[in-house]
Amino acid sequence: MPLFISLILFIITFFISSHCFAVKEHTLTNGIKVLIIEDSKSPLATFQIWYKVGSKDEPYGKSGISHLLEHMMFKGTSKYGSKEFSNIIQKNGGVDNAFTTKDYTMYYQTLSSDRIHLSFELESDRMTNLLLDPKEVESEKKVVMEERRMRYEDDPQNALYEDVVASAFKVHSYRWPVIGWMSDIASISREDLYTHYKSFYCPSNAFIIIVGDIKAENILPVVEEKFGHISPCPGNLTDTRKKTSHELPSEPEQKGQKRIYLKKEAQLPYMIMAYHVQSFPHEDSYALEVLSIILAGGKSSRLYENIVYEKKLALNIYAEYYGLYRYPFLFFFGGTAAPQTSIEDLEKAIYSEIEKISKEPPSSKEVQKAKNQVEASFIFAQDSNFSKGLYTGLFELLGSWKLLEKYLDGIRSVTPEDVKRVANKYLIDDKKTVGILVPLKKETEQ
Amino acid sequence: MTRKHMNKKAFTSTLFIIALFIALLSPLMGHTVEIKKTNINGMTVLHVERNALPIISITLLIKASLLNEEPEKSGLANLTASMLQEGTTKRKSTEINEEIEFLGASLGVSVNRDYTTLTMSILKKDLHKGFEIFSDILTNPSFPEIEIKRKKELIKGSLRQREEDPSYIASKAFIKDVFGSHPYSRVTAGTPESLDNIQRDDIVRFYNKHYLPQNSILSVVGNISSEELKKLLDKHMSDWLKRTKSHEESLAPQVSLTSTFTSPKVTILDRDITQANIILGHKGISRDNPDFYDIVVMNYILGGGGFASRLMKVLRDEMGLTYSIYSSFSVNKEPGEFSVEIQTKNESAPTAIKEILNQIKKIKQEFVSEQELSDAKSYLTGSFPRRLETSRKIADFLTAIEFYNLGDDYIKKYPEYINKVTIESIKKVAQKYLDTENFIIVIAGKKEKIDLSELDQLKNLK
Repeated sequence: MPLFISLILFIITFFISSHCFAVKEHTLTNGIKVLIIEDSKSPLATFQIWYKVGSKDEPYGKSGISHLLEHMMFKGTSKYGSKEFSNIIQKNGGVDNAFTTKDYTMYYQTLSSDRIHLSFELESDRMTNLLLDPKEVESEKKVVMEERRMRYEDDPQNALYEDVVASAFKVHSYRWPVIGWMSDIASISREDLYTHYKSFYCPSNAFIIIVGDIKAENILPVVEEKFGHISPCPGNLTDTRKKTSHELPSEPEQKGQKRIYLKKEAQLPYMIMAYHVQSFPHEDSYALEVLSIILAGGKSSRLYENIVYEKKLALNIYAEYYGLYRYPFLFFFGGTAAPQTSIEDLEKAIYSEIEKISKEPPSSKEVQKAKNQVEASFIFAQDSNFSKGLYTGLFELLGSWKLLEKYLDGIRSVTPEDVKRVANKYLIDDKKTVGILVPLKKETEQ
Repeated sequence: MTRKHMNKKAFTSTLFIIALFIALLSPLMGHTVEIKKTNINGMTVLHVERNALPIISITLLIKASLLNEEPEKSGLANLTASMLQEGTTKRKSTEINEEIEFLGASLGVSVNRDYTTLTMSILKKDLHKGFEIFSDILTNPSFPEIEIKRKKELIKGSLRQREEDPSYIASKAFIKDVFGSHPYSRVTAGTPESLDNIQRDDIVRFYNKHYLPQNSILSVVGNISSEELKKLLDKHMSDWLKRTKSHEESLAPQVSLTSTFTSPKVTILDRDITQANIILGHKGISRDNPDFYDIVVMNYILGGGGFASRLMKVLRDEMGLTYSIYSSFSVNKEPGEFSVEIQTKNESAPTAIKEILNQIKKIKQEFVSEQELSDAKSYLTGSFPRRLETSRKIADFLTAIEFYNLGDDYIKKYPEYINKVTIESIKKVAQKYLDTENFIIVIAGKKEKIDLSELDQLKNLK
């Protein structure tokens, strides 16, 4: 029995260290790339289509247009009426969803694998035949405004996050929120959406990932049949797209701390600190990831153990580095002050942890723990078709799904000295933006 | 890769969580899950071997919740569960965290209205070490005074922070009105005052009374054989498995269910926010209600079915009033609540409420269409395999089937249960379980912008 178990482990590790998981890649003549991962654990399949467009690609004054377009993708084509997409998926026992980020927009459906062909039909249709009915556009803008109210205007901690990011960047389009500013959402017209759609929704600006209980040789001909006839991205539009997505103005170096305050009805003070950092595949990205885990990955992390558990200065705390942005982004710290403590003490406590790790490398055990967490969560994620697709797509966006292997290798080779070095290099006062939420008390408590 | 502030737009997912809480228990198609069921001194053990990945997910369900609390010690079940990870006779709190996190494993506790769960997901290579820690916190918790104090302060702090969330304050007020003195009227975490009433002795007593094999269901799913599982239990849990419940004390919850409202009651919680967070509803049903499946299908059509539901179609797609609206029956051991929840800008609150009531009236008065019925059935029966995609999901699902006594053939039978629903039975349950005369409305929003005069008229409509 033990022999058998170690054999299984060996195979899994082999897959991870060689090809992560077996991805079959095929590119149609019009430029759309198809990545297939066969997995028969459960009788399901997930279809994902990724468009390389997000809020970073939006024209000034039209923030939120990518996200609004994502909403409109559910509102009908010349073939399928408004909401028919989701209705067809649901009545076939599936779910569908979509999300927009700064860098990309992703649509997905999960169905029993014998019905996954519905995705090919419906997604290929809305890639080119979107109606963008002006009446529907106006109605959906109202829906998005309600979404903005719910997520940002009425959530003081999220509102502060929006302010901090907007202050940390002054040039790069990462400064505006994915959902868009309220007045920008209001100003978006049907023509704006149409231009955006035609510029970015075309074969070579998209790729498809299919994961699940399917065979590549069986489904590729169907994918070819549904997507193969779509015209390639037009030359002039491709140029426009290339211009926007590859020549975004770079953010000038920050020289001096920025501080902002947000006064809003809230219960407890809250703070966010944001430091400019590099993104993957920059060589520092691996150590930054390990640094964030050592500082705040779990209850045995430094910030939790020292600031929440020992000093009781915060109710919760985080250090967050997401290295897979297309352009350099931010390393965040954040925490909610515990009742009867001051936000100043919390801020000082975080600085003292930053200082400590900038002077003294972490123990090799701390580094190993962070690596174990990355490896384990990668293996757990493979239990879900969606997560496997997500991992694959995030790296494909940055050039190739094969970069996943580079990422895992990079994490494995981080040393305690690397962690200290990146803490010294990036977590410095002159490159940070600090945001404080100052709670306004209600005049009359009821 | 969870990111606190990443703007991932959950287009329908929040709705589905609610809708599918009910649909959770549905059939498995194609691939079968082979469940081995055994009993060790009263503890039900459910085991599924899945060898595709070197991972194991474990869920231990303990029949202890707020149903077992005295009202003045509300939060005791939650505090007891949270304390499991805060020290054992062998390990300090910080050591538990350090050891689990070094393995990249996850260990957690949670308490809902009906029960407590202790869960772990771990890599195969670390199973022995992990299961030893899992057993240690289950069987040897030491409940150190200093940790109890610390935990109480953290819970009190987070209760306060949650007051920032308008949908939370609305829901807190709503369940209070619906359930009156019943335990379901209370927040699982308790209140600052009730937490102050809880002493270490209460926790120890609660633990000794409820954390027993006869009161537990264990499910283990993943890369583990029956022999390995048996060895693990023998090695790490055998002493605990010998414990028995004391005969003087009954484990049955002492509850009284009283309905405290007889006419529409509207409460506005005034906050300086842009949206009215509205909850409308009344008392609902328990999981063992014989009309359960008719209600599931009816609710799917009304407001549980995401974009397929009437409430979403009308209030979001046609009227542009909201990003999110859904209805749900919270089905528990005891009757839970029926509720419709929506967020809309303050000024639109009366329009939204009026339309919600219209939709409820409509489903009570008119038959749903055969098309709506067949779409709902095909979703509910066809969506099942997704519910059992991962080892984690299977482990949680199996303990719930067992807890609610749904039967060992439940997975097989589910399509039958759903397919026997008719448009007549839907109308019947809509009339029986939806009430447009006696209901509760709670609104958290900016009071001065919410014009209630229109609502007053609604209240008088019969």
